[in-house]
Amino acid sequence: MKNHSAIKCRFAIVTVLGLVSCAHVKEYQKSRINDSEMSLSNRHVEKNELSAETYREGSSGANGGKTGGGCGCN
Amino acid sequence: MKKLSLSVIGMYLMMAHAFSQGPIVDTAGYKPRKLKLDEVNLVSSYYDQTADKSAVMGGRTDYKGNADVTDFANGIDVTLIGWDKKQRKNTLSVGLGIDYHTAASQAYVDSNGTSRNDGTRIYPTINWSRENDKKGTSFGIGAYYSAEHNFYHSLGLNASVSKKTKNNGEFSLKVLSYFDQIKMIYPTEFIPVDSIKSTSTTDSIVYITSASGTTEAVNFSNGQVVGKSQKPQIPSKSRDTYTASLSFSQVFNQRMQGSIELDMVYQSGYLGLPFHRVFYNTGKDTIENLPSNRFKLPVGFRLNYFLGDNIIIRSYYRFYADSWGLISNTFNLEVPVKITPFFSISPFYRFYIQTAARYFAPYEVHTENEQYFTSNYALAAFRSNLFGAGLRLAPPRGIFTNSLRVLEIRYGHYMQTTDLNANIISLNLVFK
Repeated sequence: MKNHSAIKCRFAIVTVLGLVSCAHVKEYQKSRINDSEMSLSNRHVEKNELSAETYREGSSGANGGKTGGGCGCN
Repeated sequence: MKKLSLSVIGMYLMMAHAFSQGPIVDTAGYKPRKLKLDEVNLVSSYYDQTADKSAVMGGRTDYKGNADVTDFANGIDVTLIGWDKKQRKNTLSVGLGIDYHTAASQAYVDSNGTSRNDGTRIYPTINWSRENDKKGTSFGIGAYYSAEHNFYHSLGLNASVSKKTKNNGEFSLKVLSYFDQIKMIYPTEFIPVDSIKSTSTTDSIVYITSASGTTEAVNFSNGQVVGKSQKPQIPSKSRDTYTASLSFSQVFNQRMQGSIELDMVYQSGYLGLPFHRVFYNTGKDTIENLPSNRFKLPVGFRLNYFLGDNIIIRSYYRFYADSWGLISNTFNLEVPVKITPFFSISPFYRFYIQTAARYFAPYEVHTENEQYFTSNYALAAFRSNLFGAGLRLAPPRGIFTNSLRVLEIRYGHYMQTTDLNANIISLNLVFK
């Protein structure tokens, strides 16, 4: 049982390290990374959807959207 | 393979066209270029909500607690780009948004349900940034203003810096401040009669602040409105928000990239709203009262993966905690499928769950000896689900005309376990 936990733990560590120690990607190899839908931000079309979520829910932030300011009084 | 080739050719055409409009940075014949129009972005949305337990009526579930909302939002963003003598890219973005809404609950600011139930919001923005490709650095500043329905004003300022790493990573720091002013419009049963002033020996004037926020001077003897020029100002209270946002993004390999974003948010001032009622367990009503400060700590993770030649997996997770005892988790998954290199369909799903803030209680549950209290269901414990799909069309030669480069439509259906349901449809047009 302990062996299983140790294996899982090692697997998790290797996975995380594998993600962090990323391969060097050259500019000409970024055709997929540079696809507009691979962007690490919200889409423009989501703007008002995010605004509605911010005002209907108790939390906000860490998504490129607003963290405060504004009323959302309706 | 054929599709991949088409993708590469398509990207090449897009890049070639984009470059044909701008200067080539690394050439001996480099010349600085003044700011020139690069992109115009239009976003329109229609939001339709059905709900009860409105915050204005303290979470009542009968017809008086109706919280139905419609909102028609329109925004335009214009981006100009230029290069200076040091080959730094300067970007200036100017935006304007106008929303029109109707809200059933707003009618009940007047206890008889006769207040105006619609309004508009106008919000201009301006942002400028300078990017140095050689150093991999950028710097930006911006300002934002919002006037909501004539009783809420917000001024926002921001500054940001970023630095690229040698290994396809990027650190960013952004600081934001919002300075808000809230007009203290109370439900009618709490409206203070400011004063009774004599203008002569026989006439007396009563100043009455109505639920819509206007104040009139009325002749007490005959009931006639004497005028509005002498009306006293409705007092305002301030709310300040300060945010420091740290983020790091990293390309892991040719198909995968991710980011982490940490926001530290501090709010102070009047954090409730003056027209949100709370009903005590005795049946008596009052106005919500919340602490004058709040610290929020959200941290978000994104991981995007390009699967094969046609499918992208966009994932997002956020953990949030604040000093009011509210904790939430958000999971988001979107899977754009490229039907052709320039046309994609993107089904998406979002799951959200939060615990209640420690000051929340439903209708007629709060007791009169509590210091802080609210019945606003945005601070209640609930789960929500959002699902829908988007369509994106972005051919390199434009849609109908050469200048319309991107057309995107997105529909989402939102369901909260508080019985709030909403539909939102959005359209985004990008002109180059």
